[in-house]
This record gives sequence, structure tokens and C-alpha cells, in this order.
Amino acid sequence: MADLSVRIGSLTLANPVIAASGCFGYGLEYAPSVNLASLGGVAVKGLFLEEREGHPPPRIVETPAGMLNAIGLQGIGVFRFVAEKLPELRRLGATTVVNICGTTIDEYCEIARVLSDHEGVGAIELNISCPNIKAGGIQFGCSLTGTDDVVRAVRKVTRLPLIPKLTPNVTDVASFARAAEAAGADAVSLVNTFLAMAIDVETRRPKLSNVMGGLSGPAIRPIAVRMVYECFQAVKIPIIGMGGIQNAADAVEFILAGATAVQVGTANFVDPFLWQPLIGGLGDYLDRHHLARVADLVGRVDVSKPEPAWTAS
Amino acid sequence: MPTDVAAAVLSNRRLSSDYNVIALGAPEIAAVTAPGQFVMIKPSAGMDPMLRRPFSVFEILRDASGRATGLSLLNKRVGVGTALLYAAEPGATLSVVGPLGRAFVPVDPPDEAWMVAGGVGLAPFATLAEALAARHTPMTLFYGGRSRQDLFHQAFFERLGARLVLTTEDGTEGERGRVTAPLERALASHRGGPVTLYACGPTPMMRAVAALGARFARPTFVSLEPQMGCGMGGCYSCVVRVRRSGPGGATHFVRSCLDGPVFDATAVVWDALSAVGH
Repeated sequence: MADLSVRIGSLTLANPVIAASGCFGYGLEYAPSVNLASLGGVAVKGLFLEEREGHPPPRIVETPAGMLNAIGLQGIGVFRFVAEKLPELRRLGATTVVNICGTTIDEYCEIARVLSDHEGVGAIELNISCPNIKAGGIQFGCSLTGTDDVVRAVRKVTRLPLIPKLTPNVTDVASFARAAEAAGADAVSLVNTFLAMAIDVETRRPKLSNVMGGLSGPAIRPIAVRMVYECFQAVKIPIIGMGGIQNAADAVEFILAGATAVQVGTANFVDPFLWQPLIGGLGDYLDRHHLARVADLVGRVDVSKPEPAWTAS
Repeated sequence: MPTDVAAAVLSNRRLSSDYNVIALGAPEIAAVTAPGQFVMIKPSAGMDPMLRRPFSVFEILRDASGRATGLSLLNKRVGVGTALLYAAEPGATLSVVGPLGRAFVPVDPPDEAWMVAGGVGLAPFATLAEALAARHTPMTLFYGGRSRQDLFHQAFFERLGARLVLTTEDGTEGERGRVTAPLERALASHRGGPVTLYACGPTPMMRAVAALGARFARPTFVSLEPQMGCGMGGCYSCVVRVRRSGPGGATHFVRSCLDGPVFDATAVVWDALSAVGH
């Protein structure tokens, strides 16, 4: 059996498959049906310092091979998280990646400080890419200096592995990966959702209360793979790839493009029991290709020009 | 604990051009389903639609010895997913995840149970009526539909001892008009013991039942049917605004898949619900 473990900064994951933030609650919701310790990691729902309401429904709408969401980062805040959720995640053996959001750099830093004071946090994912809220995150994630400022500031207050989550809603995502790396990030994760919109033509009203939302699911996968590929050319730190992964083959595609680990979000809504087949399928792929370690597969897409095929004339 | 069952379609009975009852071979789920709980169904193996759809469990199917053999869903054709469930043929396989959500709590005698169903909102009441019958709780089903051909399974409820009060919008069966009209009269004239109301149907109907329950000081429980993404607490799309601490208290969005679909009607902030549901 191949070695599925991967390293993200100082953190070793048992396998490269992480439940994506915003798609897996606080992890504990799935504890009755999924062994959280068997996942590479659990990225919990984005946390601000304080509790947050989120947007009114309707918050999601299905679109071709995907969905839009505008949840608006409803959440319990970091203090309730460390009191009510983190001890249980720890007890269950989950490798917990805490996704954090802020309206100011100070807020990001304060949350990171709180998390650094508690046992059981595996890494911090810096959400600088949520497309659905007016103030918070995205104004950092869409500006190179903003990305630099927030990553640098949080880097100063925590030794936990720091993973900025990048938005695809920029012209050149690789430059943002580079900015994050230069500012001290241990890894980058990408992509967050694509800003999108759907309209009910009968009522002539948007299908989401927030008008616009983020597109996820298999519809975005080829774009996300391309963006991971571009970032892999640009940075040396590990990349956590995501966007429409449903099965082991999809995960391998991201790894070949340059992802060290992957996150699975929307597919968990469709099949909450997909984790074991996915992780097992990854091992099967490595065995079938005679690879000892999944880490050996990272970025190994072969883009060389094929030899001209011999053709009879 | 929810499980995922690849369930064979055992039968699919079309009740009308819109409604059908589809029976699914998911004994593992059926055996542990409580009244009012729901399942998440994948109507298509592919991408159209991609997401599952929530359905109240309608009937628990049992063999001669009483062992659960499967469950059925009362389906109304409204969109892509429900059209696929309407068209599904025996032998097909559908993925069923469940049971999920908070169940109805059936009352015991001498309390009476009054169920109020509108259209496809009949679905959660077959299991509730069975639970009530097992307790010998006197029960009434107020059941409204558009027309005579939209009212189903009356014999099932009668067999369990339920008193039926039917209404149709076109007057082709029972009283003409809305189901809340006879309910209001019954509440006003009731001189017996305590009554608990259970309602499921279009949001305006449930809201009206909630208002009647409050006016006549009867405990009222509603089974809400907001749009859901995952059914398991992961996505936060199915939120309902509830008041946790009595009238005038602070309100919060809670996930109807975990904290519902059954809610105490006095806790629901009805103004915030108008945009969702039916």
C-alpha cells in the first residue's frame, strides 16, 4: 500500500484529502457517519471573532453540474468554536484546519492568537476570498498588497501552519500565490468559488437573496485545475487544490497539476459517504501506477510534446 | 445515525398526473425512521440534478411479520428531480440517505392530535398517525387539496382510527375552501381535553395554522420544507429564523435539517419564511 501522507508546513496529514471549509459544518455534524480521523483534515466553517448571522434564504441554487451559494458566513465565532467544538474534534482525532475571516487585519490576528492558545488546531486557513460578503476577506484577496499585508500580519502572531485561501476572481491567481509565499504563508489553498449569478426568468428576480453567489462543483473543475497548475509554476510552498472534486481520479488530476493535498466540498453534499472510496481509490491509483508515495505524484503532469505518431501514407 | 442505501424502486404508483407514491427497498433506514423524519434522495445518478432532494418518509413498508422492508415517498412533480421520481420504474436504483432530522413527538391520551395537511404536506402524517394509533391517541386529519383527485390515502388514515375532515379548493370533495376554515371552527367549538396541532403544507397554510394554534392556546408543531443542500448540517442553506427565548426574544437562523424539519410553531419567525418553501 502506497504512502498517502503529505506535509503542509510543519503539519503532516495522514492522507491528502481534506473536507473543504463551508461544506462540512464544524466537522462534528458528520461524526455520526464519517470517521473524522480517517480524513487528511477537516477544514471547519469560516469563523469571525464574533457570531455571525449570514444572509437570508434562499442561500443556494443548483446550476448545471454545480451550485451557487451565498450563505454569508453564518458562524458561531472563534470563542464558541474553541469552547464548544474544538475539544470534541480533538477527542475524535480530527486534523483540524480552522478557516478564519476578518473585516480588518486586526480581526484576523486576534482570531489567530486565540487559536494559537488552544490545543488541537492543525493549521489556519486564511479566508481572503469569500465572494459573498461586502466587508471581509475578499478586499484582501483581490489585492496583492492586501494579501501581503494580512498574511504578514497573521504570520507574526502564530506559529501554526498558515494557508491563505485564494480567490479565482482575479486575472492572475499565480501572482497572489507568490505574494502569499513571500509574506510567509506555509501553503496556499485554491480555489474558492467563482462569483456568479442565476436569474429566475419567470419572476425576473435573482435566485439568491444576495443576488450573486459563488459557483462550485464539477462545472468549475477544469478552471481550478488550470489555476493550480499556474500556481505550481510560481511557488515552492505546497498547494491545496479544490474545485469540483468528486472521486479519486479528480483528486489525482489536481495532484498532477501541482496540488500536494486536495479539498472536497460540494461533492460531500451529494454523497456524504464519499470519503473512504475517495481515499482508497487514491491508494489504488498509486499501486496501479507503481508509485510508493502520493508526494511523488505532485505536479507530475507531462506537458512535453508527444513524439509525432507514425502514420502510414 | 444516517446511512446510505442503494435502494431498489419496488413500485411506483401514479396517483394522478402530478402525484405518485414511490416505494424504495431501504429496510435499514425504514426500521429506524421516526414520524416526520426525512431522507435525502439522489433522483439521478448523474449531474441533472446534481444535488439530493429532501423527502419526508411517507409510509414504512412492512412484511407480514411486521418487519420493515422499505419506505415510500409521496412525491409531487414540480421540478427536474421530482419529475425523475415520478417517472422512475421498478428495478431502478436510487441512493437514499437517512433517516434525518427531528421527529414529531406524538402526544398520549387523553390529549388529542389534530393533523393539518395541505397537498403533498400529507407526507409526514402517515408515520405520525401510526405512532398515534399505537398510543390510542384520538386523532383527526384535516386534509386540504386543490381538487378531489389531489386527496389520497384517506382509507389508510381511517383504518388507523383517524377522523377525517376534507376540503378542496374547487369543492369536488369535502368542504369547499381552505383547510384552515374547518380547523378554526373545530378549535372554537372544541370542549374536550387538550389538543396538539401538527401541520405540514404550503408555508401560508402552516402560518395560518400557527396563528390559530396561538389564538386558541394549543401547542402547534409544523414540519417546514425549506430548500436543502445536504440535509446533514454541512451547508447552512436550509436555515429558518427562530426565536429561542419567547415572544420578543432574540432570533437566530438555525439549520432545519438538524434543528427541524419539525419546529414548535411559536418559535418560527414567519415573516422571514415567506420567500422559501412551497
